[in-house]
Amino acid sequence: MIRSLGRLTPVLATAAVFLAGFVVCSLIYPNFASLRVVMNLLTDNAFLVIVAVGMTFVIISGGIDLSVGSVIGFTTVFLALAIERWGIPPLAAFVLILVLCALFGACMGAIIQYFELPAFIVTLAGMFLARGASFLLSTESLPITADLYAHLSDHALRFEGGARLTVPAMIMIAVVLAGMVLLHLTRFGANVYALGGSRTATGLMGINVARTTVLIYTLSSVLAGLAGIVFSLYTSSGYSLSAVGVELDAIAAVVIGGTLLSGGYGFIFGSFLGVMIQGLIQTYISFDGMLSSWWAKIATGLLLFAFIAFQQLTLHLARRSRRAPAGAHP
Amino acid sequence: MHATETPPRPLLAVTGFSKSFAGFVALDRVDFTLRPGEIHALLGENGAGKSTLIKTMTGVVTRDAGTMGLDGVEIAPRSAEEAVRMGLATVYQEVNLAPNLSVAQNLFLGRQPTRFGLVREGEMRRRARALLAEFGLSIDVAAPLESYSVAVQHIVAIARAVDQSARVLILDEPTASLDAHEVEVLFAVMRQLKARGIGIVFVTHFLDQVYAICDRITVLRNGRLAGSAPIAEMPRLDLVRLMLGRELSEATTERPPRTEDAPAAEVAAFRGFGKEGMVAPFDLTLRAGHVVGLAGLLGSGRTETVRLVFGADRADCGTAEVAGRAASIGSPREAMALGFGYCPEERKTEGIVADLTVRENIVLALQARRGALSPLSRREQDAIAAKFIRLLDIRPPDPERPIGLLSGGNQQKALLARWLATAPRLLILDEPTRGIDVGAHAEIIRLIRELCAEGMALLVVSSELEELVTYADEVIVLRDRAHVARLGGEQIDVASILAAIAEAPAAPPAAA
Repeated sequence: MIRSLGRLTPVLATAAVFLAGFVVCSLIYPNFASLRVVMNLLTDNAFLVIVAVGMTFVIISGGIDLSVGSVIGFTTVFLALAIERWGIPPLAAFVLILVLCALFGACMGAIIQYFELPAFIVTLAGMFLARGASFLLSTESLPITADLYAHLSDHALRFEGGARLTVPAMIMIAVVLAGMVLLHLTRFGANVYALGGSRTATGLMGINVARTTVLIYTLSSVLAGLAGIVFSLYTSSGYSLSAVGVELDAIAAVVIGGTLLSGGYGFIFGSFLGVMIQGLIQTYISFDGMLSSWWAKIATGLLLFAFIAFQQLTLHLARRSRRAPAGAHP
Repeated sequence: MHATETPPRPLLAVTGFSKSFAGFVALDRVDFTLRPGEIHALLGENGAGKSTLIKTMTGVVTRDAGTMGLDGVEIAPRSAEEAVRMGLATVYQEVNLAPNLSVAQNLFLGRQPTRFGLVREGEMRRRARALLAEFGLSIDVAAPLESYSVAVQHIVAIARAVDQSARVLILDEPTASLDAHEVEVLFAVMRQLKARGIGIVFVTHFLDQVYAICDRITVLRNGRLAGSAPIAEMPRLDLVRLMLGRELSEATTERPPRTEDAPAAEVAAFRGFGKEGMVAPFDLTLRAGHVVGLAGLLGSGRTETVRLVFGADRADCGTAEVAGRAASIGSPREAMALGFGYCPEERKTEGIVADLTVRENIVLALQARRGALSPLSRREQDAIAAKFIRLLDIRPPDPERPIGLLSGGNQQKALLARWLATAPRLLILDEPTRGIDVGAHAEIIRLIRELCAEGMALLVVSSELEELVTYADEVIVLRDRAHVARLGGEQIDVASILAAIAEAPAAPPAAA
């Protein structure tokens, strides 16, 4: 029991930071502590959470995916063109883009696996490729006026006080729950952790490392595509410059959420909290009205430093206690 | 104990295994037979072919020739996974499990019990507990594997292998990082598997462990089968001789007469020096113009001793005195500042910088000692390189040739030159003649004698006992990570060294 609590420490720390931040904001701005603010937090950050879920799989397996921001950008442009110019029904366009993203991710995973290249380089190439391809499609900001978009943005669960649980937020919550089930409760999830723990050992235990790697990057790209769909719903437009740098926000969220960049340890829920902390800082800044938005970046940077230092410290302490009379004697 | 009237049908029969790597013969027509319920020690020094044999058996490396039968059925696994499926599992010294996963996940990874695609965590833990209970292990199976000792991790790895219906279990140096108690725990598990009829191949460097648990011994030497016999028919001395390839008749090695003058000046003295898990505390005195040889089997603590002396690992007890003054040796830098030099055994990985030229390799240590702020001029470098190429007869005598292109013997000479250029008062050589041709061999020995005559103190690790006999003034014998005997003067001959290595410990470990 104590041990599993120990593993949860980073997530608990992230949750504590989020709650403390929320309390501080509420004390400064009485309007802050409302369901409406919380619901907006969910809606505004839905696409980022979805990407962060995929990124959590990738990072726990010991990899990284830098292409996700560009994939979001490409998705929004593709959807705008497909729906507005090519006359493809929105739902069909959604399926089409998700299939494209799956292929894209599978390719990156296969290249990483079979050419034994670092994920950093391969997904960096993927990032340039996807961003370049979206410029190729269009360099303008294209509005999406399809009925489905108008309908979906109206559709929401309404609560008292004007709080709305929007469709993007619902999709996001479903993705988080599905991600938790997949990572924590299936064989595939266990393989992802095993890969991050020791790649060679995983292979020697008879796990199909190649298949798992390809699936992980496919999953990440599909979720990036889904995030792109959500982003286009949220903005009702497509623009090749949208979601620039989102991959870094996602990585930051995953790390703040307690996932180790070297792989092997982490939780989906932590990544969700990591995004929420970043959203909280944004919201605080918009409440303030005087602060510039770059303060959000500075705060995120400081938090990242603090969490990485915290992780190193706990790792160090864990190793030290392991050195001492190790383990249980039978 | 069942009697051995009729030899039981072999469980695993390897016949005529051969394997060459780029012209180097690693295995030469090796036979190996394992019976059910047998613990079979596979022994041999470095490069004897143990790991190649294991790798060819388990399909990690493809063999050039030979056949293998498991229970009379010929098998040829093409990968470690396939070997496991066929019933041939290997547990390596470095536990090949995922340290971050729970014990239960490690036991069942890839074959977890599932329902509707979801892992049944409770069921998996229940099975894990039941499985480990068979091995007398009662631990929290939900805790990550890395929170347990290496011994427990080994048992988990063994349990996983056995649960995947392994018939043959290969344990590759499982005890190298275990303490005495943990070894006993592992042995209990091995005895239990033996009772179930599983055949165990046990690779180790600890002779005591061989005699504590094994039924049969097979010794490899230079890729060939050197001998195989039931344990009762192979006393320690015979075993050590088989491993080192010495006959007692060879023991009359020529030993140049020594003039025993007054004891030479002490260069360095170590008292109670040691480090837990590496080598037991020892005393060691090194004198000017004297050669101290370290003899023992692989893994006996020879290299560990010299690494402590050179500060490559930090001793956790004892004192050091250099030139009469107390000294702390916490790093190779400090050791170099005290005038120590060290030619490591792993020439390729720890010694030479293959892409740099002979000249650059030779001046490396001297430059390091002077610091980056006072670089050696090119002219000084050329002079030093030319001097040592001439002195040590490095061939080809081209200082600008990348050192990686030289033969092993010449690389070794260049490494020696690197340390000689710093004019050390103590030079440590770890296996200075390993892997070099006969001519270069004699050269190196001549050099060792000359250096000694010039008043340098030398500490030499060598498996070549004749070699030690010819130049050592004192031989320290190591066994199971402790200095167990000290031979000096007329006591130094191959027979007494062999006897000291093979000697059973005074109080044998309580083997139940």
